[in-house]
Amino acid sequence: MKKKRCIAMLLAGGQGTRLYALTSMVAKPAVSFGSKYRIIDFPLSNCTYSNIDTVGVLTQYQPLILNEYIGTGEPWDLDRTYGGVHTLPPYQAKSGGEWYKGTANAIYQNLHFLHAYDSEHVLILSGDHIYKMDYSAMITEHEHNNADCTIAVIDVPKEEANRFGIMDYDADKRVTSFEEKPKKPKSNHASMGVYVFKKDVLVRELEADERDPASAKDFGKNIIPNMLKSGMRLFAHEFSGYWKDVGTVTSLWEANMDLLGENPPVNLSDPNFKVYSRNRPLPPCFIDGGGSAENSLLTAGCEIYGKVVNSILSEGVYVGKGSVIENSIIMRGTRIGNHVSVKFGIIDEYVSVEDKVKIGDAKSNKDNIALIGRGITVKKGGLIAAGEIVEEGR
Amino acid sequence: MKAVGVIFSNIHEKEIKELTANRTLASVPFGGRFRLIDFVLSNMVNSGITKVGIITKENYQSLMDHVGSGRHWDLSRKNGGLILLPPYGESGTMLYQSRFEAISNIEQFLRRSEEDFVVMSDCDNVCNMDFTPVLKYHVRQNADITALYRTKMVDGRKMRTLFELDADSRVAKVINSEKTYGEQSLFTNILVAGRKFLLSIIDNAAARGFKSFSKDILTRTGEFRIFGYPLNGYFANIDDISSYYNVSMELLSKEHRDSLFFQNGMHIYTKVRDSAPLKVEQGGSVSNSLIADGCIIEGEVKNSILFRGVRVAKGASVTNSILFQDSSVGAFSRLNCVIADKQAVILEKRTLSGHETHPYFIAKNTVI
Repeated sequence: MKKKRCIAMLLAGGQGTRLYALTSMVAKPAVSFGSKYRIIDFPLSNCTYSNIDTVGVLTQYQPLILNEYIGTGEPWDLDRTYGGVHTLPPYQAKSGGEWYKGTANAIYQNLHFLHAYDSEHVLILSGDHIYKMDYSAMITEHEHNNADCTIAVIDVPKEEANRFGIMDYDADKRVTSFEEKPKKPKSNHASMGVYVFKKDVLVRELEADERDPASAKDFGKNIIPNMLKSGMRLFAHEFSGYWKDVGTVTSLWEANMDLLGENPPVNLSDPNFKVYSRNRPLPPCFIDGGGSAENSLLTAGCEIYGKVVNSILSEGVYVGKGSVIENSIIMRGTRIGNHVSVKFGIIDEYVSVEDKVKIGDAKSNKDNIALIGRGITVKKGGLIAAGEIVEEGR
Repeated sequence: MKAVGVIFSNIHEKEIKELTANRTLASVPFGGRFRLIDFVLSNMVNSGITKVGIITKENYQSLMDHVGSGRHWDLSRKNGGLILLPPYGESGTMLYQSRFEAISNIEQFLRRSEEDFVVMSDCDNVCNMDFTPVLKYHVRQNADITALYRTKMVDGRKMRTLFELDADSRVAKVINSEKTYGEQSLFTNILVAGRKFLLSIIDNAAARGFKSFSKDILTRTGEFRIFGYPLNGYFANIDDISSYYNVSMELLSKEHRDSLFFQNGMHIYTKVRDSAPLKVEQGGSVSNSLIADGCIIEGEVKNSILFRGVRVAKGASVTNSILFQDSSVGAFSRLNCVIADKQAVILEKRTLSGHETHPYFIAKNTVI
């Protein structure tokens, strides 16, 4: 078989604890986003756009829905004869088996996958960000620089820099320092968690890191700093587009709302760079004579008999008569009864909200989002306060 | 009880020439994101049929583009799956004109099939049905043909095939007439037949002078065991532009939508286009309408059906209209009772109006 230029490894095993009820039953990359998408659609569609036809998706936490969603990879054109998308859960082998202990260890446990395709380079991605990026430009730069590793970098506000891996680089973009979540950041050049490695270098570094008992087995904490220390060629690839971490309820809400308004920063309608997703074949959205929608995203299977303002509704959402949905996100298959009010709320998939329920408050804000977990039934007349979280077993 | 499906994609095109100028009737857009053939194709798949032949005659590029390998209907299979059956050309042969000639043309396809039964349908039947009980009924009656009919008031304007049934639901008499009135049992052009039975008819066609399915086969009620099977639930048949308009508008009723799209959990499958979600902008309004993904609505839309990727600019008003994929309405234009084909562009400040019985039709790619 012809050697591939680059394959991708997508880290999708994170629990996403700061999304609370939204990730109690699904892995973070499988969380609904932007009406008809899930978070993982963005890195996968980026791969499609960048002509990367082999993607290993490393799963660990609550993989069922994620696995089902990825399936054969057909929606992303990743159902390939040689390559395609593969989910890679932790497994049992002759010498034993164990859970993925860190981002680097997860890749280490799947070195056989890297060897099977034996590509020149390996692209490491994570499944927690909303962004559209042409990875092929980064790989070309990586080759041009004869880099051992190239790190995608985006400038973040100074006050947020302590949440990221922060680096410094010279005029040739060669990285001179790298610190994971520094208390006193030296710059605002943040790592996006997107790396291109020479495959042979990556294998060597992962094997060395695995032998180090003190290592946290993490790319940002161990692999990158060690490579810098030993004087290897690390380069930065500057990215200036929209890139948003959706790891918290507030940031998830913000990223969704960023899709509204004229000329949103993420263009979902670019015919040359589509964001692909797996959807059910439902009839188009129906908005009744007594219903309305304004400044909102809706999709197939929605049935709207109430009023929807500044909101994002996923497929198959039903909104009953006299109900008002404002500044909220309603995920797929959820049914909102009659005379319900949802304001500054996120309602997960397959929730049933009975009549005359009040969720959230019009005077609330992005830091006080009412959250209803997957599959919950909110009984008639129920009251869910702003910022309250409702989930199974609580 | 395995059956093979056969769909006629070019039937009735003369009567709906506006919409079939560039496409087969099968690929006429319907219901905001579907094509007519999606309904019969999905019905067959939902009934466990895994091999479907589509008989095509002409203009079938758009159909090929739509069905592709058949994977959206789960018909991309190692065994069977979706098979396009274009005309089998020998020099000097005419393109077939009737359903019977079309079947004769696919004799080899039928001969090589292993299924015991053939489910045949036109492509313009809009319904959601399961053929499994029909096949069971066919076997139980030991029928040669089981023809599906529905009970409907008719007003005598068109050539129709009507059944008179005896007490056992056996078809006693078949009437092909334009002058029938009142409540009648109307043949839907959907039928089940034994595969070997069909082949025997084709083999004997020349000797016995069979030319038309409805006139020469169905009428032989004494010779063949022909049974009727009633079709209930939502059913629409599209035979001209005004019926296309009316049948489309019926989808604005929840009852019809539920019956067509959600019957017994059976979905209607179609080709996925990966459009962005529907976006209603600040100041835009939508009422009593079906709006597909990829639409951007800045103006007012009322009692209408918008296919994928339609743009309605600020100040524009669209009422009682059907706008196909990627058409656009400029600022302050007003549309009433309009059917706009794909990629039609209505510039700013245009006023276009038809009437419910005679919708104003704008051809594909037209700029107004």
